[in-house]
Amino acid sequence: MAATVEAPATASTAPIPQVVARRVDPEPKGWVSWVTTTDHKRIGIMYLVLTFAFFLLGGIEALLIRLQLSVPNNDLLTPQTYNELFTMHGTTMVFLFVVPVMAGFGNYFVPLMIGARDMAFPKLNALSFWLLVAGGLVFYGSLFFSPPECGWTCYSPLSDNDYLPSGGVDAWIFLIHLTGLSSLVGAINFYATIANMRAPGMGWGRLPLFVWAILTYAVLLILALPVIAGAVTLLLTDRHFGTHFYDPGNGGSPLLWQHLFWFFGHPEVYIMVLPGFGIISEVLPVFARKPVFGYKAIAASTVVIAFLGLLVWAHHMFATPSPSLVLIFFMMSSFLIAVPTGVKIFNWIATLWRGTIEYKTPLLFAVGFIGTFLIGGITGIFVAIFPVDWQLTDTYFVVAHFHYVLMGGAVFAVFAGLYYWFPKMSGRMLGEGLGKTSFWLMLVGFHVTFLVQHSAGLEGMPRRVYEYPDIRDLAVLNMISTVGAFILGLGILVTVINVLISVKRGAIAGPDPWKANTLEWFTSSPPPVNNFDTVPRIRSVEPMKDIRRQVLAQTGGVVSSAQPTPVEAGRMAAHPGADA
Amino acid sequence: MTPRRAIPALLVALAAALVLAPVASAGLLTPEHGGSSNADDINWLYTVTLIVAAIVFLGVEGVLLYSVFKFKARRGAVPAQIRGNTRLEIGWTVGAAVILVILATLTFIKLDDIRNPPDSSATGLQLADSSRRLPPNGKSLNICVNGQQYIWRYTYSADCGDSAKNLGAPFSYEEMVVPVDTTVTLDIKAQDVAHSWWIPELGGKFDAIPGYTNHTWFKIPAKFGAKPGGTIFYGQCAELCGRNHANMIAEVRAVSVAEYQQWLAQRKTDIQDAETKGAAQRKQLESGSTTP
Ligand code: HEM
Ligand SMILES: [Cu+2]
Ligand SMILES: [Cu+2]
Repeated sequence: MAATVEAPATASTAPIPQVVARRVDPEPKGWVSWVTTTDHKRIGIMYLVLTFAFFLLGGIEALLIRLQLSVPNNDLLTPQTYNELFTMHGTTMVFLFVVPVMAGFGNYFVPLMIGARDMAFPKLNALSFWLLVAGGLVFYGSLFFSPPECGWTCYSPLSDNDYLPSGGVDAWIFLIHLTGLSSLVGAINFYATIANMRAPGMGWGRLPLFVWAILTYAVLLILALPVIAGAVTLLLTDRHFGTHFYDPGNGGSPLLWQHLFWFFGHPEVYIMVLPGFGIISEVLPVFARKPVFGYKAIAASTVVIAFLGLLVWAHHMFATPSPSLVLIFFMMSSFLIAVPTGVKIFNWIATLWRGTIEYKTPLLFAVGFIGTFLIGGITGIFVAIFPVDWQLTDTYFVVAHFHYVLMGGAVFAVFAGLYYWFPKMSGRMLGEGLGKTSFWLMLVGFHVTFLVQHSAGLEGMPRRVYEYPDIRDLAVLNMISTVGAFILGLGILVTVINVLISVKRGAIAGPDPWKANTLEWFTSSPPPVNNFDTVPRIRSVEPMKDIRRQVLAQTGGVVSSAQPTPVEAGRMAAHPGADA
Repeated sequence: MTPRRAIPALLVALAAALVLAPVASAGLLTPEHGGSSNADDINWLYTVTLIVAAIVFLGVEGVLLYSVFKFKARRGAVPAQIRGNTRLEIGWTVGAAVILVILATLTFIKLDDIRNPPDSSATGLQLADSSRRLPPNGKSLNICVNGQQYIWRYTYSADCGDSAKNLGAPFSYEEMVVPVDTTVTLDIKAQDVAHSWWIPELGGKFDAIPGYTNHTWFKIPAKFGAKPGGTIFYGQCAELCGRNHANMIAEVRAVSVAEYQQWLAQRKTDIQDAETKGAAQRKQLESGSTTP
C-alpha cells in the first residue's frame, strides 16, 4: 500500500530493542490443560468462545421473539414461552455476552498492551471465568423447570413469590450473584494489573485507549456490582425468608427495587459500551494510518462518562410517581452525558479525517459502529427529555434505542475487535471476503430490524407484548423488522463460519499484520506463554511506531526490496539476539 | 460494477426501499397525539427535538461518510499526522452543550402546560370535585384508575383515597367514559403488580405502582364527542405485568356532556340492580334453596 511509509520492523538485523518472542515452554496439551490454565491468553480465549456461544443462544432467542411478532395476533408461542424468551434473551445478552465478552478481550489484551507477562492474579482470573460458567449453567438450568418471566429487570412485585413462585426467578438471582462475583473478581484483577504492571515508561498518559476503557469498566463494575448483589439478595429473602423489602403491603417499596436496580443498571450500560469505545479508539488510527485525534480528550471523556453514568439512573423511571425536581435532575444529568459522548464521536471522525483509510474488515465494523451508535446516542436525547419519555418509555422506540446503543456500541465494536485481534490470538487472518460480506449483511440487517421499531413505538406498541393488534402500521413494521432480524442473523453466521474456517486455514498473520501501534503487536502471533522476552521502554502512546522508526534509523532507511512473507517475518521477529 | 461492489449496493437499496416505503405513509415519525393538549405539547417538544436531531444527524453522518470516501487510501496519499486541535475540540464541546441547553430550555417552557391541568371549557362538565392535582378553578372530573392483573378498573369518584365514598361510586372496567371539553384528572394506583396507564393520543404514560398514587390528566376536544357513541381512544398497559400484559387493554370513550351524564346515571342504576340481584341471590343461597 502506497500510503505506508514506515518500513516493517522485521527488516533489521542489528541487535535493537525490538524483538521478541520465541517459545519458552512447550504449551501444555489436551483439554485438562485448558481447564486448569491460569494463562491470561487461554482464559481470554475461553471467555471469548463461551460468550460467543451465549451470543448465538441469545440470538436464537431473539429470532424466535421476532418470529412470534412477525404478524399481528400470532399464536406461534404461548404468552408464557414468549415472556421466558425475552427474559432469557435480555439476560443472556447483558450478563452472559456483552459484559463478559469485554472481559475476554481485556483478559487477552490488557497484559499484552501494557507489556505485562500475565494478569496480577492469574488464579483469580481463572476463578472469574469459572464463576461465569457457573452463572450460565445455573441460569440455563432453569430450562429444565421454568425459566423466569420477569424481563431482565425483574421488577418487584412481579418478581415476588406471590406472582412468580417458579424457581426461574431464583435461578436468575443466582445468575446475577455468580456473574456479578465473576465480574467483580475480574475487575479487581484488571485494576491491579493496570495500576501495577505497566512496562517501564508507560505512564498514565501513554496507556492505550483500550486499556483506559477497561480500567474505567473495572472501576464501574466495582462500584455498581455490590448494589445489585445486595438488591437481589433482598429479593431472595423477600421470596423465601419472609422479609418485606419490596412488599408495599408491609411497609416495603417496589420503587426501592427500581432505584437499586437502575443504580446498577445504568452504569451497566456504560460497562457494556465503554470497552467497545476503547476497541474503536484502537482500530481507527491503525487503518487510517494516523494518530488518534485528541488522545487526552478521549481518555478523559471515558472517565467523565463513567462518572456521570453513576448519576443518571432514575431516567429509567420517569413514568414512576416522582417529584418534578427529581425528574429535572435526572434529565439534566442525562443531557450532560451527551457532551463527552459527542466529543468521542467527533474525535473518532477527526481521526479518519485526512488519513489514508484502508478498507479492511475491522475498519468497516468501526465505521459501522460510529454511524449506528450515533443514532442510538441521538435517540437517547429524546428519552432523556422526560415529558417526551412519557410517550416513549416502555415502547418499541426504547427497544430500538437500546439496541442501537448495544448493537452499535458493543456488538459492532466487538466484531471490529474480533477481526482486528484474531490474527494475534490465532496466528491467522480472518478471511476478508467473508468478513466484508458479514459486515454488510449485519449492517443492513441491523438497520432494517431496528429502525422501523422506532415507528412501532411511536404508534403505540408497548414492549414485552407477545402479540399486538392489527392497528395502524404495526403489521408491516413488524414484518420488516423480522425480515431484518434474519438478515442480521445470517450476517453473524457468516462471521462464525469465517472463524471456523480461518482457525485452521487462514493466511498466516505474522506478528504485526496491520502495522499497528500498540505493544501486543510486538510479540509473535499467537504470543508465547510469557508474552515477551524483552519489554521495550515505552516512549509514547504508540510504542510500535517508535520501534519501527528506530529500525528505520538504524538500517539507514534501507529496506529490503523483497518483502518478507508473513512466515518469514514471523521467524525474523523471533530475533535470536533476544534469547538472553 | 463488479459483483463484489454490487452486493453491498443492492443490499443498501433493499434496505432503503424497505425503510422508506412505510415512511411515505404519515405518522411514522412522531408520537400519537391529537386527543388532548398535553399529548399535543409533548408532540411539539418531540418534533422540535426531531428537527434538531435530524440536523445533528445529517451533519455528523455526512462528515463521517465524506471522510470515509474522501480519504480512502490511494497511491501517493500521505496521512496527516495530526494529534489534536484544542480550539476545535473546545468548539465542538461547547457546541454540543449549547444544543442541549436549548432543548432543556424548550422543555422547561412547555413543562407547565404538559404537567398542569387547565380548566374545563365553558361547555364542559363543571364539577366542584376535589383532587390532589387541581386545575386553576379547582374543578375537574376525577377518576380513580386501578390496575389489576389484567384489567383496569375505573371509579368515578372525587376522592380516591376515601374507600367509604368510593364504595357507592359508579365504576367500570376496561372502558372509561368521559365527557369532552372537560378536564379529567386521574389518580393512578395498582393493587397487585406494577402496571402503566397509557392512551397514546391522550398524553404520556404513568406507572401504576402498588403503594403509590400517580397522577395525570387529559382534556378531549369537543369534536370527538360530536357523533353519538363518541370516539374511542385505545391503549395498552405499558409495564410488564405478567403473562397477559399484552391483553391488558385500556379504552377511553369520549362522549358529549349530556351523553356522559346519561351514561353515568344508567351505570348507577345498573350497578344498583346488579347489587340487589346479587343480594337476593346470596339470601337465597344462605336460606338453603337450590333454585337460583
Ligand atoms: C441479534 C439481534 C437481536 C434481535 C433481533 C433482538 C431482538 C429483540 C427484541 C424483539 C426484543 C424485545 C422483546 C420485547 O420487548 O418483547 C429484545 C429485547 C432485548 N434485547 Fe435484543 N435483540 C438482538 C440483539 C441484542 C443484543 C446484541 C443485545 C445486547 C446486549 C440485546 C439486548 C436486549 C435486551 C436487554 C432486551 C430487553 C429484554 C427485556 O425486555 O427484558 N439484544 N431484543
Ligand atoms: Cu398491566
Ligand atoms: Cu402490563
